[in-house]
Amino acid sequence: MAAVTEAPPLAPAPETKPPRKRGRLVPYWLLLPGILWLIVFFALPMIYQASTSVQTGSLEEGYKVTWHFATYWDALSEYWPQFLRSVAYAAAATVLCLLLGYPLAYLIAFRAGRWRNLIMVLVIAPFFTSFLIRTLAWKTILADSGPVVSTLHTLHVLDVTNWLGWTSGDRVLATPLAVVCGLTYNFLPFMILPLYTSLERIDGRLHEAAGDLYAKPWTTFRKVTFPLSMPGVVSGTLLTFIPAAGDYVNAELLGSTDTRMIGNVIQTQFLRILDYPTAAALSFILMAAILLMVTIYIRKSGTEDLV
Amino acid sequence: MEQYEPDRPTPAVAAAMRRSLSNGRAAMTRRSLLRASAGGALTVGGLAALTGCGIPAAGKSQGGVSADDHSAKEKVINFSNWPEYIDVDDSGKHRPTLDAFTKRTGVQVKYTEDINDNDEFFGKIQPQLAAGQDTGRDLIVLTDWLAARMIRLGYVQKLDASNLPHAFANLSDQFRSPDWDPGRAYSYPWQGISTVIAYNKKALDGVEVKSVSDLLDNPKLKGRVGFLTEMRDSIGMTMLDMGKDPAKFTTDDYDAVIARLQKAVDKGQIRRFTGNDYTSDLTKGDFAACVAWGGDIVQLQADNPDVGYVIPASGYMTSTDNMLIPNKARHKTNAERLIDYYYEPEPAAELAAYINYVSPVAGVKPYLAKIDKSAADNPLILPDQAMQAKSHAFRSLSSKEETAYQQKFAKLTGA
Repeated sequence: MAAVTEAPPLAPAPETKPPRKRGRLVPYWLLLPGILWLIVFFALPMIYQASTSVQTGSLEEGYKVTWHFATYWDALSEYWPQFLRSVAYAAAATVLCLLLGYPLAYLIAFRAGRWRNLIMVLVIAPFFTSFLIRTLAWKTILADSGPVVSTLHTLHVLDVTNWLGWTSGDRVLATPLAVVCGLTYNFLPFMILPLYTSLERIDGRLHEAAGDLYAKPWTTFRKVTFPLSMPGVVSGTLLTFIPAAGDYVNAELLGSTDTRMIGNVIQTQFLRILDYPTAAALSFILMAAILLMVTIYIRKSGTEDLV
Repeated sequence: MEQYEPDRPTPAVAAAMRRSLSNGRAAMTRRSLLRASAGGALTVGGLAALTGCGIPAAGKSQGGVSADDHSAKEKVINFSNWPEYIDVDDSGKHRPTLDAFTKRTGVQVKYTEDINDNDEFFGKIQPQLAAGQDTGRDLIVLTDWLAARMIRLGYVQKLDASNLPHAFANLSDQFRSPDWDPGRAYSYPWQGISTVIAYNKKALDGVEVKSVSDLLDNPKLKGRVGFLTEMRDSIGMTMLDMGKDPAKFTTDDYDAVIARLQKAVDKGQIRRFTGNDYTSDLTKGDFAACVAWGGDIVQLQADNPDVGYVIPASGYMTSTDNMLIPNKARHKTNAERLIDYYYEPEPAAELAAYINYVSPVAGVKPYLAKIDKSAADNPLILPDQAMQAKSHAFRSLSSKEETAYQQKFAKLTGA
């Protein structure tokens, strides 16, 4: 309160006017690089892709815009299984990331003490090597004759996953399970980091207050900690789900013919079959589907601010 | 996807950009910002832009477009090749055959290993070539089918035979006249590639593999067989196994091969279709046997004695990676001199000894034997008469066939 009264009164001196006018424009000048960047690397490519998706033609004759919207319908009716699969794998990976990431983020935020920085570095450390190398490493870890698979086999875990249809035969590689595991592994840090930031912000005294009001630890978590960490949960799930749904590297390297995701289809259409319109249409359908799902999700989860 | 950016923005977009740049103050009020970005660009400009940007037709005239040849004034070649596809000395800094070329001719070679995948590389340079621009490269190395497409689209230049005396004289008969470039008017092979069946002795555990049929039918190999994502190799090998000739087949033949492979996919016999990453599956034993490339096998065998290979009795597929000069290249004559240089037996032998692919140069054997006796006797590097007799090439496809066949093959591989 005292601070407000002590503040010097705003002096409407005439000589301050020009600087104030310039000051008003400063935010826009600061926006300029970002806007230009967006125009060149986002808006223009988007317009170009939108145009491509309604073109027809061939490489020899060139492509012309013919407003051929049927491409969208054809692409969707041909590749809906891959769309569904992408959503399912990405959702599974997101749930796994949340289950693995939440306890870790909680530990770092509240219990790690002086180990906090070290654990944070360990979470980020995988980013020091390339995405591709990390994914390829899983081929060694999960190799058919490797220790992981033989342990799972001895414990009869593979019988269960075989029965569920997640694996087939005595192997993990080249099955849906391997792809989901790869996605989980690769996107886990994107879940942990936002969870950590929102958990770390929670005032420890709230936990004490909950205890003073006779809340058991579990009730404290349910009524205080988890609701307060919701922004982290929402942004973490988005940061995991969105890239995972469009990913194609994991399905390419760890999967098989029956685990191909929509990213693989788009890549094949674009580079191999050279059907640019279908590839562009598929990209737009994917984008629209994700936007729709994310909008519904944010509405339902009722969080306004995302960390 | 940024490689498909429009060559130039449409007038509407360009004007909007110019306005926002030159008239910053006016442009940057909130209202004009909204109008320019959301309202203007996306509705008015957007529609115009949508119709405006198409992909121009490929150059109709075969024979390509040459630029002024700067070879005499600028003693350079920009050479794009695949990674680990040239000899390197022990320090890893020098490439002996290229250095020798520079020493002899005074032409500097800017060697870039920026071709990792035919499809991707085509996606990268296609917009420039379609727009009639210089790609900044004088010499590129592409696999047969893409080389054929480049010639068909008129994206590469006809070679000047008078600059290629060694190449003309020494090109191995096996590669002399592919149906997509009769008489090698546009292309010369850099290296040849044999597609064979490879196996891991330990993983096979006594099972005998002699043909593609064994790969597709033997229940003991279920889920441990690999095929290649390269359509021509996987289809070609299976086609030979079915007694058809990949050099002249019909769509029905092709469909029959797809059906046979589909059956193996459906019953889980084929584990995966892979690119170059099959080498790790094979050495780890996740693949007991697979369709593989000969040059890789020579190198894998050096590290892993369990790896072996078979040439099926029905024959094997051969392809080449070809040197081509793209349209508008600035140093065509220099590039031709480099092509010719690699057809002299000494540099060819040095190259073959290092990279272990099939040398396309006839008469290289005695020179190679001087460097590495075992390499000279290895039929994967220098195919002998018996092996050459079993070699087959995939016929060239029209662009319609190409699309249709790739669609079917993509469906087989899952997408």
